[in-house]
Amino acid sequence: MKKEEVPQDESCFSNTTMKEVVYAVDKEGNYNKALSSGWEAKTIVLDKSLELLEERLKDTIINIKNGKQSPIAYYMELHRMDIPTLASYVEMWQWRVKRHLKSKQFKKLNEKTLKKYAAVFEITLTDLKNPKF
Amino acid sequence: MKIDFTHNQSAHCENGVVSNLLNYKGLSLSEPMVFGIASGLFFINIPFLKVNYAPAFSYRPMPGFIFSRVSKRLGFKIERVKFSSKEKAQQILDQELKKNNPVGLQVGVYNLPYFPDEYRFHFNAHNLVVYGKEGDSYLVSDPVMPAVTRLTEKELEKVRFAKGALAPKGHIYYPVSIPENLDLKKAILKGIKQTCKDMLAPVPFVGVKGIHLVARKIRKWPKKVGVKKTNHYLGQLVRMQEEIGTGGGGFRFIYAAFLQEASVILENEALAELSKELTAIGDKWRDFAVDASRLYKNRSKETDAYNKIADKLEHIGNEEKAFYLKLRKAIH
Repeated sequence: MKKEEVPQDESCFSNTTMKEVVYAVDKEGNYNKALSSGWEAKTIVLDKSLELLEERLKDTIINIKNGKQSPIAYYMELHRMDIPTLASYVEMWQWRVKRHLKSKQFKKLNEKTLKKYAAVFEITLTDLKNPKF
Repeated sequence: MKIDFTHNQSAHCENGVVSNLLNYKGLSLSEPMVFGIASGLFFINIPFLKVNYAPAFSYRPMPGFIFSRVSKRLGFKIERVKFSSKEKAQQILDQELKKNNPVGLQVGVYNLPYFPDEYRFHFNAHNLVVYGKEGDSYLVSDPVMPAVTRLTEKELEKVRFAKGALAPKGHIYYPVSIPENLDLKKAILKGIKQTCKDMLAPVPFVGVKGIHLVARKIRKWPKKVGVKKTNHYLGQLVRMQEEIGTGGGGFRFIYAAFLQEASVILENEALAELSKELTAIGDKWRDFAVDASRLYKNRSKETDAYNKIADKLEHIGNEEKAFYLKLRKAIH
């Protein structure tokens, strides 16, 4: 990449002081660090992957309203977690966490278990039981 | 308490932390030099491992390898500690700072308050340096940030004890006892040799073979998993290639910068030529990323479009193969 070709496109850095270091060659052919404010190709794939997370969150809300999934699933998606990550945070087996994502199992949970989830998501028990979408 | 530490923004967090910590100890090595000695260039596609609902791709070796290899090849030692207790982790950190010793920490990205929201994922192998403490806030040099910043005790504890894959467990590390006579030439040669070996490895999902494997898969994905998932998989490939820290082109430009530096130190003109060649290959990776992202954006339905970018990737694989064969010859 040539120094004058280092992209300076709009990105999520645009409203911050952040810029990204890339390596590029100058006119004499020497490599140096250069700053880039963003690159369109990168922004597209990043935005798309965030869109996908949004979609998953919306699907989860629908499933909760239909009584299929529990609020834990909502908070898990909200925090961009997957089951292994959440299981690691609450220090439980993955199969247990997977069960707790179901509405039916969630209703049977005792306070102690619920508190573990609430602590990880940093919310109250009331919020955990009645999420505000 | 503040240690006189120089913050240098770098492309990649681990190279940056290593380079900055060594600079503090009086050993001046650039980021590309650290990266090259550590054989940081790599490619792997782990088909059975899913990250973010897509196959795992990586353009670099396992986190932590860079520092270990640099220390081994240059002959210094690293002190590393992990903790089960949060209190103990902070105690040891404070102790080192009191001894005027800036330290590297492994942290999770998700709860770093100074990162833009778009970059906050559960990625636990980020690295930063803590070089002091004032009141209850730590002075932080995060190599991917333009300037130094601060984290409160609480904030730092949270990121040091992030959970999930590659959980840092408070991991603290710093170099000890740097020898006065370093054999830089030998370390560079070792680094290059291993990169050639890794990238030409006879393993189907590693190095050049891995690149070819992914090219073949791109042809099959639209039929096998549908266009939507194909795009998501391609997106993951591009993200890993161009993610903050790669310096662009899946680390190819950083490595080309290393080869340029190495050609001067080793007085080997062939390496300067190969640096130019790798720059050209890096530019092709960038073209590939542009095509893949456009395909994603426009949701093209023709399978031919996927075959075309697969061709591109295959071509890159061929060029890289020729490149590593030449590189291996150049240092013999």
